[in-house]
Amino acid sequence: MSVATPNDTTANDAQADPVVVALMQRFGERAFVEQATLIGMPVLWVARDSLIDVLRFLREMPEPFNMLFDLSATDERLRGNRQGLPDSDFTVFYQLLSVSRNRDIMLKVALAESDLEVPSSVSLYPNANWYEREVWDMFGVTFHGHPHLTRILMPPTWMGHPLRKDHSARATEFDPYTLTVEGQDKEQQALKFDPEAWGMRRGGEDSEFMFLNLGPNHPSAHGAFRIVLQLEGEEIVDCVPDIGYHHRGAEKMGERQSWHSYIPYTDRVDYTGGVMNNLPYILAVEKLAGITVTDRARTIRVMMAELFRINSHLLFLGTYLQDLGAMTPVFFTFTDRQKAYEVIEAITGFRMHPAWFRIGGVAQDLPKGWDRLMQGFVDWMPKRLAEYERAMMENAIVRERTRNVVAYSTAEALEWGVTGPNLRATGCNFDLRKQRPYSGYENFDFEVPLGGNGDVFDRGQVRIEEMRQSLRIIQQCIDHMPDGDYKADHPLTTPPPRDKMLQHIETLITHFLQVSWGPVLKPNESQQMIEATKGINSYYLTSDGNTMSYRTRIRTPSFPHLQQIPAVMRGGFVPDLIAHLGSIDFVMADVDR
Amino acid sequence: MSWWTPTVEAAFIAMLQALVILLGAVLLGAVMTVVERRLLGLWQDRYGPNRVGPFGTLQLVADMLKIFFKEDWIPPFADRTLFVLAPAIAMASLLLSFIVIPITPGWGVADLHIGLLFFLAMAGINVYAVLFGGWSSGNKYALIGAMRASAQTLSYEVFMGLALMGVVAMAGSFNMREIVNAQEGFWFVIPQFFGFCTFLIAGIAVTHRHPFDQPEAEQELADGYHIEYSSMKFGMFFIGEYVGMVLVSALIVTLFFGGWHGPLLPPIVWFALKTGFFLMLFVLLRASLPRPRYDRVMSFGWKVCLPLTLVNLLVTGAVILLVSPQ
Repeated sequence: MSVATPNDTTANDAQADPVVVALMQRFGERAFVEQATLIGMPVLWVARDSLIDVLRFLREMPEPFNMLFDLSATDERLRGNRQGLPDSDFTVFYQLLSVSRNRDIMLKVALAESDLEVPSSVSLYPNANWYEREVWDMFGVTFHGHPHLTRILMPPTWMGHPLRKDHSARATEFDPYTLTVEGQDKEQQALKFDPEAWGMRRGGEDSEFMFLNLGPNHPSAHGAFRIVLQLEGEEIVDCVPDIGYHHRGAEKMGERQSWHSYIPYTDRVDYTGGVMNNLPYILAVEKLAGITVTDRARTIRVMMAELFRINSHLLFLGTYLQDLGAMTPVFFTFTDRQKAYEVIEAITGFRMHPAWFRIGGVAQDLPKGWDRLMQGFVDWMPKRLAEYERAMMENAIVRERTRNVVAYSTAEALEWGVTGPNLRATGCNFDLRKQRPYSGYENFDFEVPLGGNGDVFDRGQVRIEEMRQSLRIIQQCIDHMPDGDYKADHPLTTPPPRDKMLQHIETLITHFLQVSWGPVLKPNESQQMIEATKGINSYYLTSDGNTMSYRTRIRTPSFPHLQQIPAVMRGGFVPDLIAHLGSIDFVMADVDR
Repeated sequence: MSWWTPTVEAAFIAMLQALVILLGAVLLGAVMTVVERRLLGLWQDRYGPNRVGPFGTLQLVADMLKIFFKEDWIPPFADRTLFVLAPAIAMASLLLSFIVIPITPGWGVADLHIGLLFFLAMAGINVYAVLFGGWSSGNKYALIGAMRASAQTLSYEVFMGLALMGVVAMAGSFNMREIVNAQEGFWFVIPQFFGFCTFLIAGIAVTHRHPFDQPEAEQELADGYHIEYSSMKFGMFFIGEYVGMVLVSALIVTLFFGGWHGPLLPPIVWFALKTGFFLMLFVLLRASLPRPRYDRVMSFGWKVCLPLTLVNLLVTGAVILLVSPQ
C-alpha cells in the first residue's frame, strides 16, 4: 500500500480505520491507493475492475455502508498538484455513509480519457441512478449496465459535457446564441415525453393509461419541477420526475470564482436556507486554509443558521398545509418569516441571501441591541407554533390526508439517500449536529425530534418540533454569546479585519490582494457535511493551489429526495403525490444547483 | 291607453321584479368575489384588495373592466360548440333556479307549485356545464376535474334531494312560499336539523366550494375543468360559482330558517341578513379547512350523509304520522 501525501496531513487517522483494515484484508493492500486529504474520511483509489466488488463488500459487511451519500467526478486533466496519485484524466468518486458506524468512506476510480467507462452501481445503491446520469451529463463518463443513461440536468439537445475543463463557462466564450423557429421546434420536440423510452407501457390489460404531465409550471411543483404521471383513473401506476429546469451551473461557477467571491453563489443553492448554505462551504474552505475560528464567530454562525432553519421550516409548514388545501396557514407563517427577516436584516443587512459568512468569520460584528431583537422573535414563536399544531396538525382532515400516506421505512430512506427531517421522520436518529458536531454544536443543549411512521404527517410534525429545538439553540446563543473577535486573526481571513487593515500596511496589502485577486489556498481536498434545512448538504472542494477552486462538488439533500418519489408513489392517488411533494420540502435550486 | 289594462300592468311589474331579482343575483355574486377577498384578507392577517375606490369597493369595477376586455380565446384543440355552451349553462342553470326563491311576501319571480323540484332539476343540469367544459377543453387536467365533478355531483345530488324531503313532508308542499309560510311558528332547522346539515354539505359540494372543490383543486389540478377558459367565459364560470353560493344560501334560509320571517325588521332585511350569514359561512369554511381527498369525499357522501338523510326522512315520516289527526 502506498500513501500519497500532497501535504503532511491526516494520513495516520485513516490508516487506523477499521473499515480500511477490513478492506485491505479482503482485497489485499495492492488493490488500494490511499490518498491523504483534509476530507476527514479515508479516501481510497480502487481499480475500475474491482470497484463493484469493493462496493458490494462495503454494502454487505456487518454494520454496512447503507447509503450512497454522493457520487460525482472530477476532470483531472488540468490539475497540477496530484503527486503520488494514480494517473487519471477523469476521476469518479463514491462517498458511502454508514449510519450505524457514523463513518464515511470515499472511493475513487481513475479513468483515462480514451476509455471513459465505469460499471454501474445501480444494482447496489438504487440512488446511484441519477448520480450516474449526472456524471454522464456533466463529464461524458458512461456507466456500463445503467438502465437509462440520458442527460438529467442539461437539455437533451445539449452539445458537450459542461463540467469538463475544455467546456467554456461563460456565454462570452461561445458564439452568439440564436434560436430559429426550427430550433425551437426541435427543443420542444425533445421535451415530449415518450413512455416507451422509459420502458413504460401505454396500456394495461384492458385499459389505456393516461400520461399526465405535471409541471414544470404547476402550482404545487414548488418551482420548475416536472413529473410525468402514468395514471389509471386517479391512481398513479408509475411516475418519472424530470429535473434540470433550474440548473444554473453552480459547480462550474465555483471553478471561475475566487474562494471569497463564490460565497454569494452558495446562498442561492437552497434559496430558503440563506446563510445556512454558506456554512458547509466556509467550513470546508477553512479546513483547507487551516483557520481556527473564534468562539464568537462560531456561535454567531450557529445562531444565524438556526434562525434560517426556522425560516425555511416556516415556509415548509405554510406550503405543506397549502398543498393539503388549507389556504390560510401560509399567510400566518409568512408573518412569522417577516419577523425573522426583520432580525436577519438588522444583523446582516440583507434578507433572503445575506452571503454573510466570511472565510475566517462573519462579515460584521453583531449590531448593538441584536439580543433584544432576537429575544423578541424567540418569545414570539412558541405560541404561534402551538397554534399551528392545534389548528392544523390536530385537524381531522389534515390527519386523514397525511397519516399513513406515502410512508417509507428507515431502510428504504437510507437506500435512496434520504437525509434530514425526512430520514428522522422514519425514526432514524441521525442528525449531524449531534453525530458529528461542527461549528460548536456540541456546546448546545437540544434534542433531535424523531417520527415513527415516516409518513407525510411525521415529516410535518418533525419539522415543527425542530423549530422548537432551534429556538432553544438561539436562546442559548442569546444568553451565552461569547465575547471576542468576529473574525479569526489569520492571514487567509478574507477580507482581513477592517480595523487592522486601516492601521497596518501588511494587512492592507493582503486585503487588496484578497479582494482583487483572491486568497490562495494550498493544494489539497476538503469536505464539510452539515445538517442543512432540508437534509445533509456538503461541499467537497479541491484546491490546486490557486485563487479558485479546481472542483467544487455540491451535494444537496433535495436531489436524492426527488429521485425517491417514484419508489414510494406507486399506487398512490394524485392528491397523495401533492401531499408528498409538500412534505419533502425541496426547492428546485437545491436539486439542480 | 286602452292597452294598459290591469293584466298588462301586473305582467309588467312581474317582469320588472324578475329583472331586478336576477340582475340582483348576478350582481350579488359579483360583489361576493370582492367581499370574499376582503374577508379572507381579514381572517388571514392581510389587507386584501383595498386600493381601488374607498376600502377597495370599486375593485369589482376594475375586475369587470379587465375581464370584459381580455381576449376571448378558444384553444384550437377545443370542441368549439361545447366549449362555448358550457359557461352559458353554468350561468343559466343557476340563475334560473333563482326564480323559485320567494324573497318577501310580495317579491319573487315565479310561484311554481313544484318549486323545490325545479331547483333540483336545475342543479342537475348544472353538472353538464362542468362536464362539457372539462371534456371540450381537450386538456387532461380539465378532464380529471370534470370527472371528479360529475362523480361528486351525482353522489351528492342523491341525498341533496332526500335531505329536503323532510321539509317537504312537514310543509306538505313543494311550493317554496308554502314552505316559508309553514315556518311561521318555528323554523324547520329545529325539527329538520340533520336535513339542514346534509343539505348544507351537499350544497357546498354541488357549488364546488371549498372544502369540496376537488373538481378545481388548485394545488392538484391547477383549476380543473375551467383551466383552458379565459376572459368572460371564465368569468361566467367564476361568477356562476358565487351565484351558486348565493343560491344555496338563499335556499337554506328559505327551507330551514324561515325565509323572510323575523321580528321588527322588514321581511327583505331579514332575508338579506340570513342569506348574508350563510355567505359568510361559505367564506369562513374556505379560510379555515384543508381539502379532504376526493375518494374520501365520495365515501363520506355515500356512507355517512346518505344513510343519515334516509333515517331523517323515516323519522320525520313516522313523527308526522303519529302527530297527525288520523
